[in-house]
Amino acid sequence: MTTTSTILVILFIILAPVIGGIISGGDRIISAKMQSRVGPPIVQPFYDVLKLMGKENLVVNRYHGDYMICFLIFTIVSGCLFFGGNNLLLVIFALIVAGVFLVLAAYCTNSPYALIGAERELLQMLAAEPMIILSAVGLYVVTGTFDVYGIANCQHIPIIYLPGVFIALTYVLTIKLRKSPFDLSTSHHAHQELVKGLTTEFAGPSLGLFEIAHWYETVLLLAMIFLFFGSYWILGIILAVIIYFIEILIDNINARIKWELMLISAWAVTLILGVGNLMILYFVFHI
Amino acid sequence: MDWVTFLILFPLIPAVILLFTKSVQLQRVVVLVSSALIILGSVGLACNYMQAGGTYLPISSGFFNGLVILGDIVLALVFLYVCRKLPIKKYWIPLMVVIQYGMVVTADLTGGIPETNRYLYIDNLSIVMALIIGVVGSLIAVYTVGYMQHYHEQHKEIKDRRCTFIAAIYLFFFAMYGIIFSNSITWIYFFWEITTLCSFIMIGYSRKEEAVHNSFRALWMLLLGGLAFSVGIMYAANYCGTIELQKLVTMKQSLVIFPILLLCFAGMNKAAQFPFGGWLLGAMVAPTPSSALLHSSTMVKAGVYLVLRCSPILQGTASGAIVAFIGGTSFVMCSALAISQSKGKPILAYSTIANLGLIVLCAGIGTSFTLWAALLLIIFHAVAKALMFISVGTVDHQTGSQDVEDMHGLVSRMPILTFTMLIGLGGMFLAPFGMLISKWAVIEALAVRNPVYPPIVIFGGSLMLFFWTKWMGTLISVVGKQPPIKAKGIGFDEWLGLGGLSILTIAACVGFPWIGHYWIQPLYGWNPMLSERIEVSVALMLGLMLLPPLIFACRWKRLVHTEPYLSGLNVENKYEYLGSLGAPRRWSFGNYYINKYFSEAKLFKGTIIGTTLLWILMFFMENL
Repeated sequence: MTTTSTILVILFIILAPVIGGIISGGDRIISAKMQSRVGPPIVQPFYDVLKLMGKENLVVNRYHGDYMICFLIFTIVSGCLFFGGNNLLLVIFALIVAGVFLVLAAYCTNSPYALIGAERELLQMLAAEPMIILSAVGLYVVTGTFDVYGIANCQHIPIIYLPGVFIALTYVLTIKLRKSPFDLSTSHHAHQELVKGLTTEFAGPSLGLFEIAHWYETVLLLAMIFLFFGSYWILGIILAVIIYFIEILIDNINARIKWELMLISAWAVTLILGVGNLMILYFVFHI
Repeated sequence: MDWVTFLILFPLIPAVILLFTKSVQLQRVVVLVSSALIILGSVGLACNYMQAGGTYLPISSGFFNGLVILGDIVLALVFLYVCRKLPIKKYWIPLMVVIQYGMVVTADLTGGIPETNRYLYIDNLSIVMALIIGVVGSLIAVYTVGYMQHYHEQHKEIKDRRCTFIAAIYLFFFAMYGIIFSNSITWIYFFWEITTLCSFIMIGYSRKEEAVHNSFRALWMLLLGGLAFSVGIMYAANYCGTIELQKLVTMKQSLVIFPILLLCFAGMNKAAQFPFGGWLLGAMVAPTPSSALLHSSTMVKAGVYLVLRCSPILQGTASGAIVAFIGGTSFVMCSALAISQSKGKPILAYSTIANLGLIVLCAGIGTSFTLWAALLLIIFHAVAKALMFISVGTVDHQTGSQDVEDMHGLVSRMPILTFTMLIGLGGMFLAPFGMLISKWAVIEALAVRNPVYPPIVIFGGSLMLFFWTKWMGTLISVVGKQPPIKAKGIGFDEWLGLGGLSILTIAACVGFPWIGHYWIQPLYGWNPMLSERIEVSVALMLGLMLLPPLIFACRWKRLVHTEPYLSGLNVENKYEYLGSLGAPRRWSFGNYYINKYFSEAKLFKGTIIGTTLLWILMFFMENL
């Protein structure tokens, strides 16, 4: 590891929750504005998590909290691999392992709402994972490397070659960020038809860990969007902000849909926009 | 005595002894001793030849060649004998036997087969296969003795023919070692058909109607592969002038592509690629050890082994692309079909076909990168799948059900057995363990090529993630205090098999960078782990996998125990709550099977038709 990568990894570990929390706070303010409310202060998510950490740890059995810890650790690790400049596919696989631990945490509780939430989380993974991995393949096709640093230092802007892949990735990002209409397994909102879905049995510190992990995940996913701009990182930041704003907008103007529609639409988008984009690159432009 | 001759011929001794051994104690001793010898032999062979590269072994060919011809004739008669009770309208099954053996034996006796003196060949691919057969196979053989004892205690109605069953396992070892060390395709053909016979014997073991029906389906499908094999031999003998496999794969592509495709046909047929997947699914009625040994970890691997051997010819050809596509179709479709299954063995069967499909895909593309991944897949799949099969078999014996739904909360009832299953499951799909590393390598290798292949691997992998995680989650649900099922019923041999395979799976998961470096790199001259960054990140993730057990060992303080939220008052029974009308109401939970999209009724027929067209296309591709 070089010094730069070490610094970046340390920065990620320290700053990602801060950035993620602020994004989450901003999200709530903008959502409030869209609903003609005032909304909480931007640091409200930090207050929430601090409060959760101070509460007593209510558990159904003594194991399910441990899976949540594993979820947090593996989310952080995949972020570290990313910012350490490792192989993008391995980063995504590490993120999948983290997701598996989250599902197992919900299964472990053996509570009916959490169990259905776990199944739905699996469906969400089934809908979203193909496109996320495919976008790594797309970046490889354009830049010739899976190395995160290699992609980031690429001379041209990958998005010019990969507009379809980018749009498709944005589509499944809504699933990964647990935004409505795809907040099937658990949602940010107080009460849904599954109570709190897969986090139903998590309270106090365990739930706080889930929130923190989600912050890390958000930053990592936005960083992946960022890769589509190669070395033009200012453009990347601007686009990442715009994308997140669109996600908030989608969140506020859509009702939750059924899982069938989520699965079919996500796969259709992946196949048509994602794979279609790669086909055109290969067969028409011979890249 | 040479290691190779020892490994091929030795298993015949226990096979004959076991055929006449009725006493369980004696069986156990014979199996333990011979397994130990076979493991020693395989390891000895690996140590001896590992650095040598590809080596031809001298052998007094005339005598053994005569034996093989004799064996062919005997085998043909045995096949005709087992077909004697078939209804007359199934005349084509014995007809296939007559045609293929008629061709090969006649050609052999009339000197139509070119002479050669290089009958045996050994390289790192054979060594990897030998270790899988020797070590994994022997552990399953040990497990079998205890399993069959339980099996007959539970199924009193089935006639006790376990001597035949266990003897068939050793006959099978003989055939497998023959396949992997032979260089002459006539020899491979002889051993090939013996494995077909073993499979037939084991599937029909219970002599129930379904079992007999499935055994004959397996027989005709596998004989069809044998038929393709024999045509391949004749073509190679008459037009290519050689029957040496190693020579064939170095000849000019256009000259040998046809016989090679015929061999691939036989190989993919044995590996149960669609449209021939049916025989493997039907084979699940057999006692579990045969599913673990023949139908997941070894015999079907002989099929992909042959395709791997042929891959130098396939590489870069249109037919090779179709071969890869057939494998890819089997991979995606069987992963989807596995989601709709709730029984343990069918899930494992489908995922076996799926993984073999992935290996065939790698072989069809045939670059050194994909071959590296294919060989790793073979290793990981063999250990993890064998472990899963015998775990499911044991659970079936202890609880009376192999349904995944009935395994809900198994961790509370049989913690140790659940742990072995979790190891198997983890080995099947979790990063950084084996299978996922191979998938990573495959995607990375395919990304440079045609964009048709990466989506196949990606979608198939995501579908696999779904059903494995579902299964894993069902196992680890903590259902609270349950009357523990006493593991008393699990005997010593069964624990030996379970424990041994668990350790092997862990060893393969931890040791794969070394396997890749010392065995596979010399073979294919490529190792994607070379990049330092990848080594570091894989090592990091492997290290982190130690964390979960540590975290689970910690007893956190200040935990406040409560009851799950059931939208009503909790009552004493965990599966009931007090409804608004004051009466307790039950709740229950079942997994998702997505039958709407992935059921057999929806996908099976289409897959068969589609892949049949692909197989036909495969042969015509070169002439287009």
